[in-house]
Amino acid sequence: MKDNKSSPAVYITGAGMASALGISLEETLRALRGQKTGIGPITLFDTKLKHIPAGEVKCSDEELLDRAGIRSERDTYSRTALLGLIAAQEAMRMSQSVVDKQRISLASATTTGGMNFHEKNAPAIFAGTMPGKYVTLLDCADAAQKIARHFGISNNITTVSTACSSSANAIIVGARMIKTGLADKVLAGGADALTRFALNGFNTLGILSPDGCRPFDARRDGISLGEGAAYLVLESAAVVKPENILGRLSGYANTNEAYHQTASSPEGEGATLAIRKALETAGLCPADIDYINAHGTGTVINDLSEGRAIEKVFGAAVPPVSSTKGYTGHTLAAAGAAEAIISLLAIRHNLLFPNLRFTAQMPELSFTPQTALKEQAPVNHILSNSFGFGGSNSSLIFSRH
Amino acid sequence: MHAYLNAAGLISPQRTFENDFSCTLNTQGAAILPAIEPDYKGLINPVQLRRMSRILKLGTAAAQLCINNAGGRQPDAIIVGTGLACVNDLEVFLKSVIETDEQGVSSIPFINSLHNTVAAQVARTLKIQSYNNTHCHRGASFENALLDALMLLHEKEHRQILVGGIDEFSRHYYNLLTTKVTSGEGAGFFLLSDLPAGENSVKISAVRTFYAPGEDFIPRFLAEQHTPVHHLDAALLGMNGAPGDDALYRRLIDCLFPPGTPLITYKHLCGEYPTSSAFALALAARAIAAGAFPPPAILRPGKPATPHKVLIYNHYQNCNHTLILVEKAGLM
Repeated sequence: MKDNKSSPAVYITGAGMASALGISLEETLRALRGQKTGIGPITLFDTKLKHIPAGEVKCSDEELLDRAGIRSERDTYSRTALLGLIAAQEAMRMSQSVVDKQRISLASATTTGGMNFHEKNAPAIFAGTMPGKYVTLLDCADAAQKIARHFGISNNITTVSTACSSSANAIIVGARMIKTGLADKVLAGGADALTRFALNGFNTLGILSPDGCRPFDARRDGISLGEGAAYLVLESAAVVKPENILGRLSGYANTNEAYHQTASSPEGEGATLAIRKALETAGLCPADIDYINAHGTGTVINDLSEGRAIEKVFGAAVPPVSSTKGYTGHTLAAAGAAEAIISLLAIRHNLLFPNLRFTAQMPELSFTPQTALKEQAPVNHILSNSFGFGGSNSSLIFSRH
Repeated sequence: MHAYLNAAGLISPQRTFENDFSCTLNTQGAAILPAIEPDYKGLINPVQLRRMSRILKLGTAAAQLCINNAGGRQPDAIIVGTGLACVNDLEVFLKSVIETDEQGVSSIPFINSLHNTVAAQVARTLKIQSYNNTHCHRGASFENALLDALMLLHEKEHRQILVGGIDEFSRHYYNLLTTKVTSGEGAGFFLLSDLPAGENSVKISAVRTFYAPGEDFIPRFLAEQHTPVHHLDAALLGMNGAPGDDALYRRLIDCLFPPGTPLITYKHLCGEYPTSSAFALALAARAIAAGAFPPPAILRPGKPATPHKVLIYNHYQNCNHTLILVEKAGLM
């Protein structure tokens, strides 16, 4: 392993997650170890698409309000903001360093923002009769502003929205805030609630799996959507306490395939570029990667394109690969950060998580995804991919400290 | 961290798409200021043009105008700030979900509603495969995109960054606002680089965004930038005509800026929208290059010196506050 000394290090000292696997890292790890999927029937809202399974956080908005400790103005919290707050609270609790408020920033991500609230109040919104105080719940910034207010963060607060790679890109923005000296501590991640909007949107594209996603399987038939939030605390060398370090973000890349709005190229050109550039920033070679947490949505196009990109970069020596979307569903803007946390759990507990529901080898690919839980696996460097509509291809590399 | 602004392309309620920054269009009393759109045929491939939503046309054309003004120089990264992104397409899709009870939905408004659609389209049009990002953070969206670009240049991996600020008017959104001010829209793209490209280049010395900051954040920012307030040749203020919003600017006028500092306003020219600072930045860059602000933008004339160093301050509902410090390139 080469260490990239020329660039300041970005340490991870906190992580928090809410998804269909549960709320907290502990519940997440338990489900991952138990190989229990969170994908199931939609129970929390009405939709004509009830027959399509999804990964819901099994808490009503009221329960989430209580868990987030919201006592006043409870009507001004969207589900996205609540999921975000709960995950951010866990991450910030874990990271114990005391840092000057002026040196703390927030890089958040969402794609649906307050859509959940939007849908519930659609008649009043379309009639123009919704009280003005709720207007700010509708945009992408709402969750980040609520998180910022909760923690008293006031400098450099942003919300990234690049479709399904959003929180990977928020983590990259946060890391660069640290590397350029703008901040010493950055809360970075994303949140998205499940919505009729997204369900119907993906359904019009014909890419929702009727019975649960099966990434990298020859019979894969689409995505299972999920919801959730995941946040990391990133810290600079100047403030980090060695005993708090969960891992390092050692490499990253944000690239664009510039190919098609909703499809990746069959040869995976954009994904190849992202993976190579991430390795380059980490100062690592392909052989250093012990595990790939793939984007692996379970669509025909993504998994072929991503699989080919992995083969191009890793050749005949592809390390263990799995997509954990069979556990959580595709949590859209939260996916990059959720999979970052799953990668950190793999490093911390020396585990490789299986790719659920795999049965049939894709004839186009030379590698087979990891299908069994592997314990005592030495995992030092993990590549985590996040790709999105608009040709957005991002890769992150997490390393043991 | 800093950047040189070497070219701009701006579509706004003024005739800025022709690089005319005289801002002479009378906008007084208007509730809505729509953007004056250029003839797209010369700027966008006709096959692409037919399939584009309005915001995509605005964004792609403004990006192309910027590239044209840069003499065809290509960027190696694309960053867009947009407060409400493709809000009209989003409303169309949501409406179809609700009103047809999910029976009559079509994929096109869904695809067009994604927030990174403009940045993705510009990447495809210019065939730029490197860094591509979109910031959607209300009144700080454009400034966050600028800050992202300043960081990229500082990291030295990219040298030409195309940064845009774009928002289109939404009737639905406007109807929901409690305080009605003149609403606008616009698309401004800028080519930023680590080096100046000519005598019209200006330097962006600093960009900061704040959420609910303390009282003294502007003096603190100016101190960090080693810029005493009397060194400012103009302050561009985001006054929008709403008494509540403007009170904050008036307090600064009374307490911070000396009587000699010229005060410039711009939202009566472009309307209020989340990324209106892109209009302000284009206006400031042009004024620094041309040696004067256009008379319709001047709220209070001050010392007769040509503007060399300019502060842009905007706030969104006294919640998101943003500062951009712009100066003549080469001026230390």
